[in-house]
Order: sequence, then C-alpha cells, then structure tokens
Amino acid sequence: MDNVIRRRTLGARLGRAILYAVLLLAALFYLLPLAVMLITSVKPLAEISPGTLLSLPREPTLAPWTKAWGEACTGMRCEGVGVYFLNSIAIVVPAVLISTVIGALNGYALTKWRFKGSELLFALMLFGCFIPFQVVLLPMAQTLGWLGLSSSRAGLILVHVIFGIAFTTLFFRNFYVAVPTELVSAAKLDGAGFFRIFWRILLPVSAPIIVVSVIWQFTQIWNDFLFGVAFSAHNTQPVTVALNNLVNTSTGAREYNVDMAAAMIAALPTLIVYVLAGKYFVRGLTAGSVKG
Amino acid sequence: MSLSNSVVQPAVGAGARRSHAGMLQACLPKLVLAPSVAISLFFVYGFMLWTFILSLTNSRMLPSYEFVGFAQYARLMANDRWWVASTNLVVFGGLFVAICLALGLVLAILLDQRIRQEGALRTIYLYPMALSFIVTGVVWKWLLNPGLGIQAMVRSWGFENFRFDWLVNPDMAVYTLVIAAVWQASGFVMALFLAGLRGIDDSILKAAQLDGASLPRIYWRVVIPCLRPVVFSAVMILSHIAIKSFDLVVALTGGGPGYASDLPATFMYAHAFTRAQIGLGSASAMLMLGGVLAILIPYLYSELRGRRHG
Repeated sequence: MDNVIRRRTLGARLGRAILYAVLLLAALFYLLPLAVMLITSVKPLAEISPGTLLSLPREPTLAPWTKAWGEACTGMRCEGVGVYFLNSIAIVVPAVLISTVIGALNGYALTKWRFKGSELLFALMLFGCFIPFQVVLLPMAQTLGWLGLSSSRAGLILVHVIFGIAFTTLFFRNFYVAVPTELVSAAKLDGAGFFRIFWRILLPVSAPIIVVSVIWQFTQIWNDFLFGVAFSAHNTQPVTVALNNLVNTSTGAREYNVDMAAAMIAALPTLIVYVLAGKYFVRGLTAGSVKG
Repeated sequence: MSLSNSVVQPAVGAGARRSHAGMLQACLPKLVLAPSVAISLFFVYGFMLWTFILSLTNSRMLPSYEFVGFAQYARLMANDRWWVASTNLVVFGGLFVAICLALGLVLAILLDQRIRQEGALRTIYLYPMALSFIVTGVVWKWLLNPGLGIQAMVRSWGFENFRFDWLVNPDMAVYTLVIAAVWQASGFVMALFLAGLRGIDDSILKAAQLDGASLPRIYWRVVIPCLRPVVFSAVMILSHIAIKSFDLVVALTGGGPGYASDLPATFMYAHAFTRAQIGLGSASAMLMLGGVLAILIPYLYSELRGRRHG
C-alpha cells in the first residue's frame, strides 16, 4: 500500500526493520511447536529433562520413530501406530475417491441440467456441511449396527462419504457454475447424453477442482477423530485415535520422544500434501468455508 | 436452462424405444442426484430428528423410546458440568475468535507491505491448519507440561519463579485450549484477510493517499471497513470450529483437571458414549445444533440479502 513514493529515510528503514522483526517473530511462534516436536522425536529419552526443550539432540536417534511405528503401546496393545497408519490409508483412499466422484456428478447435474427445485436440493444438501456431528453420532452408531458395519473400516468409509458429499458437491457446483453453458447446450442439441457431455466437456477442465476436492477430503478424513473414535474398534482405528491412545496410555515411564515421533507420523501425510499443494489447500479452505 | 427438458420430450407412442431412451436421459440428472438427496434426507435431517426424539426419552445405556418430555433438558439445565462446559465454550469461543481475528488481520496487513519471501512466510503461518487437532493437542500438551515444557525451560534460564502451569490449573486450563486453537487457525484467518486486502480496489487507496491521509488512518477508515464481509465469514467459520471443538480438548486437557475444561462437544460424547446417558447426551447435542443454527441463520440471511441487493 505504501507504493506512491518510497522514501528511504532513516525512519522508513527503521519501520521496515521492525516490520520484518514482527513477521519473523510470528513465524517463530508458528514454527516452534513443529521444531520442538521434531527435535524431541529424535532425542534419546535420557536427554529429555527439564529445560532441554529447545536444545538439539547430542546423540540423534531414530529409535523413537521405529518404536512409535512398530512397538509403542496404544491402549492394551503394543504394536505401534504403524498398523493404524495403514488403517487410515485404507479408510481415506476409498472415501476420498468415492465422495469426489459423487460430488463431481452432483455439481454437474446441479449446474448444467438444472430443473425445477434443483437449487432447493442444493441448499438442502449444503446444510450437511454445517451441522455439528454430535447430532448424528447416536443414530449413526445404531444404523451402522443394523447394516452390520459397526466398528469396521467399511463403516467408517461410509460415514466419511456421507458427510463428505456436501462439501465435494459444493466445490464442484461452484466450479461448474463458471464453466460456459454454450458448449453444453450445443452438445445437447447434437444429442449427446448426460454422461457423454460430462466425460467430454466438463471432466477435461476439472483438474483444478478435482485437486481441491481431493486435498480437502484427504485432510478432513485423515485428521478426523470424532467418527474414528466413535465408530471403530481396536483393529480398525485410524491413526489419530491410535495417537491419542498412545499418548494417554499410562504404563511405565512416559516416553515423550516416542509420543512426538508418533505425532509426527500422524501429521506427515497432511503436512506433505500441504507443502506440495498448498495453493489448492488454501483454495479448498476458502471455498469450503467462505462460500458455504 | 430448461432446454434440457424441452429437447427430450418425444410424443408418447411415437417410437417407443426412442421415447424410453429420451425419458431416461431426461431423468438422468435427477437419478444422479437422488442418492445424495436421499442420503442427506436420511443421514442429516432424519438423524437430527432421531436425536431429537432420543432427547425426549429416558434412554440410558441403550436407546429406549419411553418418552419423558423435556425432562432431559431440565436435567441438563440443572447439571453443573453442562454449565461449566457451556461457560467454557463462551470463554473459549469468544477469545479464540477475537484473537484469531486480531492476529490474522495484523499479520495480513503486515504481509501486504511488499515483503520479501512473502510466500514462505504465508506457508509458515498457515501450515498448522493442515494438522489434526489431535496432533496439535499432543504437541501443546508437551510444550505446556509444567515439568518439562516452557515453564521448565524458562526456569532453567534463571527465572526460578516463572509459573506457566495453566494446563494443570483448573481455573486456567480452558485458556490452554485457546492458545493451541489460535496457533492452529489464525494463519487461516490471515490468509482470508490477505485475499480480502488484495481484492480492494487500488484507486480507493490512492484517493485517500492524495487526500493526505496517513497510513494507519487509511487502514482504519478505508481498508478495514472494506474487509467487513471477510470478518463476517471468518467469525462464522471460527465460531463453527469452536462449537465443534472436540479432538483438541480430548488431546490437550482431556477436559480436565476434573471437568474444568470440558466443552459441550466433549460433554455430549462423554454422556452418550461412556457414561450411558444417551438421553442426556442427545439433549446436549440438540442444544449444540441450536447454537450452530443461531450463528448460521443470520449469516445465511445476510448472505442471501446481500446477493439480492448486490
């Protein structure tokens, strides 16, 4: 904003210096927990004592990581968070794919094949983005029981798809609204059908919104805890639930380095996605929340 | 738009096969939407109704359908733990929203001053939003742990009397939730504000500058009023996060010490799933829904009104 004239007076320079100092201080605030988590996770337990929060490990070791992955106790069992990490993947991948495909078709039908009442249907579905999930937990538990899906991965996939559709539909609908309708109308006159038009006209331009939807769903489902803790058993738990159990298991001495390694393991997939595709992540956040 | 419907409306009887295909084509969009709409009706609206019905029963361990009217709500109102949880939500939500807005706005304005490495800083501010609240809770639990965390570190620097034991202090535990939640979400608010700032028409600012207004004055009188819609969306998103906060409490304080840092979301879970009080838990879930609606409806109303006028 200070663009008209840039005077390089002493005062202005001082101002810039303060500006950068404040921004760096803020960066420190955001980075500190991650740094502490990482440092602690590669320290031997002997090096963890009062006052050593920020000191670098003298003898860095990956032992806490291997222990967190394969041996640490989560509740009654001691097999690390590795199996639960794989559980999370087994839940997240199908749930993301299914909800994205359904969202894309919904968004397409809602924008390019509007019919009387379609906007109302959209509003109806949109509401699902906003409810506090506590309000569906008990009926869901009972319904999953009836379906024979209690405490199963399939049940969790189903739950995540059900409550993910509202978001994915919102993403695709808002994206397809901006795609010119002329092409679609022309194709309709030529006799092209519903799926053919989708396949040939809409899908080729959908790459950005598919990325947004996949990333959004991936982070949401990977980070989920409420459904995971309510609808899973010990062998189907997602990694967030296992991490919480690991940290709260009170057998023997607290191994903070293992806790931190497990937290890193649980955090890495979404962090990596964020670093690689941060732009789309932000777009998902704003589309998912602002335009809601 | 109605083209789709009018094109495929062949006369009945004239070429039965074509007409079947045509009918199918005309119905296809509705058929594609139908499962999602059905899911929404059953799993969202149906379940809300179902939970409401449960909240009118005396269900304990298992759902029963013996109706007791609004007795569960009355029990809830008489329940000390519920009031602690609700008060905590007001304190936590209020501080969380206010601090996120202030911090986000300040960071966005500072970042908007042609900063070198702006992209890197933005990434750093925003990354916590990609983490699970469980991870955030675990990390902050470690940092705030009086014995080994920040308190111990500052003491080791020579400030022997430094105290930062909020995590184990019943009066202060709820503020640790604020710290961790602000850490996680303020970067996101910054991103919202930054996008808003970039969207402001430069000519307005130039005009203000030509009028000789000082930079702080321009921000206060011109820029921030332009950001009103962003503030509005941010408040609505943040309060939504606050009401739904469950994982963070579980991982950071476990609702403790005692139930000093309980929130309605943890209250509901504890009663419905571990304390065999399904009726009471359902009643608390319905009140949470009411809270969300109280925020959502004015928001949607103003959104729709704004669109009509704009």
